[in-house]
Amino acid sequence: MYNDKVMENFKNPQNVGEIENPDGVGRVGNASCGDIMEIYLKIDDDIITDAKFKTFGCAAAIASSSMATQLIKGKSIDEAIKITNKQVIEELEGLPPKKIHCSVLAEEAIKLAIENYKSKKASNI
Amino acid sequence: MKRKIYLDNAATTSVDKDVTEAMLPYFSGTFGNPNSLHFFGREAAKAVTAARDNIAAMLGCKPTEIYFTSGGTEADNWAIKGIYNANKDKGNHIITSKIEHKAVIASCKRLEKDGAKITYLDVDKYGIVDLEQLKKSITEGTLLVSVMTANNEVGSLQPIKEIAQICAERKVLFHTDAVQAIGTVDINVKRDNIDMLSLSAHKFYGPKGIGALYIKNGIKNDRYISGGSQERGMRGGTTNVPLIVGMNVAMEKAIRDMDINNKKLSYLRDMLIKRIESEIPDAFLNGHRERRLANNANFSFKYIEGESLILMLDMQGIAVSSGSACTSGSLESSHVLSAMNVPAEITQSATRFSFGKDSNEQDIDYIIENLKNNVTTLRAMSPLFAQQKGEPINV
Ligand code: FES
Repeated sequence: MYNDKVMENFKNPQNVGEIENPDGVGRVGNASCGDIMEIYLKIDDDIITDAKFKTFGCAAAIASSSMATQLIKGKSIDEAIKITNKQVIEELEGLPPKKIHCSVLAEEAIKLAIENYKSKKASNI
Repeated sequence: MKRKIYLDNAATTSVDKDVTEAMLPYFSGTFGNPNSLHFFGREAAKAVTAARDNIAAMLGCKPTEIYFTSGGTEADNWAIKGIYNANKDKGNHIITSKIEHKAVIASCKRLEKDGAKITYLDVDKYGIVDLEQLKKSITEGTLLVSVMTANNEVGSLQPIKEIAQICAERKVLFHTDAVQAIGTVDINVKRDNIDMLSLSAHKFYGPKGIGALYIKNGIKNDRYISGGSQERGMRGGTTNVPLIVGMNVAMEKAIRDMDINNKKLSYLRDMLIKRIESEIPDAFLNGHRERRLANNANFSFKYIEGESLILMLDMQGIAVSSGSACTSGSLESSHVLSAMNVPAEITQSATRFSFGKDSNEQDIDYIIENLKNNVTTLRAMSPLFAQQKGEPINV
């Protein structure tokens, strides 16, 4: 059902865990499958220096979280916020049609985490 | 070599060696069409007659009450749709349960489009149907009650003798899908007052693609497949001689060894249940503790999701399945668990372990060891688990 790249990211997911005192956190859920994803960001000077995730979900969701966190590390928040689920799927070399929404969770969680960072920053000024 | 443990016998079983051997001569040697007059046909017909007689005797019915089908799904479709179509003039109401196999539920849904009224009986939290609700649901126009003997996901055994009794008193036909039960549950259709019963060979070490529907003589049912005179004109299609022969041998062994097998299977099942419950926190047994199939254990592991767990077990050589959402490739969660009111957060991880005749105690050690590790790994990854531990989420 899943290709090797997906399985690799599922078997050895990168960036699992939480960040203490994160600069941004995004938590999203999918109502139809009940799965939940959280992404934690460490941001310095609008550059993402670290990203971690926690996911309650299928293998595609775990692989997407792993891939998405790898993609955004080192990127500026402006670049990272533009990352789409399509890019995540491309990097994973494809997901089964029924598992597309799992990658959407990753896109949404990143966006929320960055917005969370921005709003915190705004209120600190 | 990597260890391989098959714990998905509720999905299908391997074909027994004796069964394969019994079938072989009927592929190329005695290959005749039982409907032919000549020697080749007569020899094949003899084998089919012998199988039919024997299967009927094992079920407690007459050979003329056995109709061979392509499997359990066809038998279920026939039982439901056939009765409805043949008896429309007498009523349009069918009673079934919320936890039936898809073959029954989908057949009922199909009939709803034709104007049938279907009552889907509730089950309790153990997955057992409510007899009082059944009694109240029967009306003048009720044609049929269809309740499975044993559930395929959680293994719950239904009170089919009581249901049959109620149906007999109220003069309503009773069909049971016994696909999971043959070879594990003692069934005699005459003694148990059953009017129709579906069975499928590949669940008891027989080949795939063959099953049977028992229809008590005198019941008006529709001709199911138009064609030749096979199955006394009720189901056309060239008789599947080798598979029928195989099913008979498989069923004979399964019923002959039922007590010994059940003893072993329930011992392994209980051992697995005990070890999971004592060694893995927040694991919940789905289904009834005693009233369940000897080979079925179904567990939910809180805070994690089933597909990930099953894939991990698969990588370790352990084949299990789930009745839940993601694994089956569909997003809807198990209709059985939701009918049982199992909380949504744990239906996600429901995992079915179904033992078979090759299972042994060493398997359990291996399963527990891997299960523990996997559950720990997945929980460490789960945001639900962290929350439960009281760690704040700064959103
Ligand atoms: S995240 Fe729900 S099915 Fe993949």
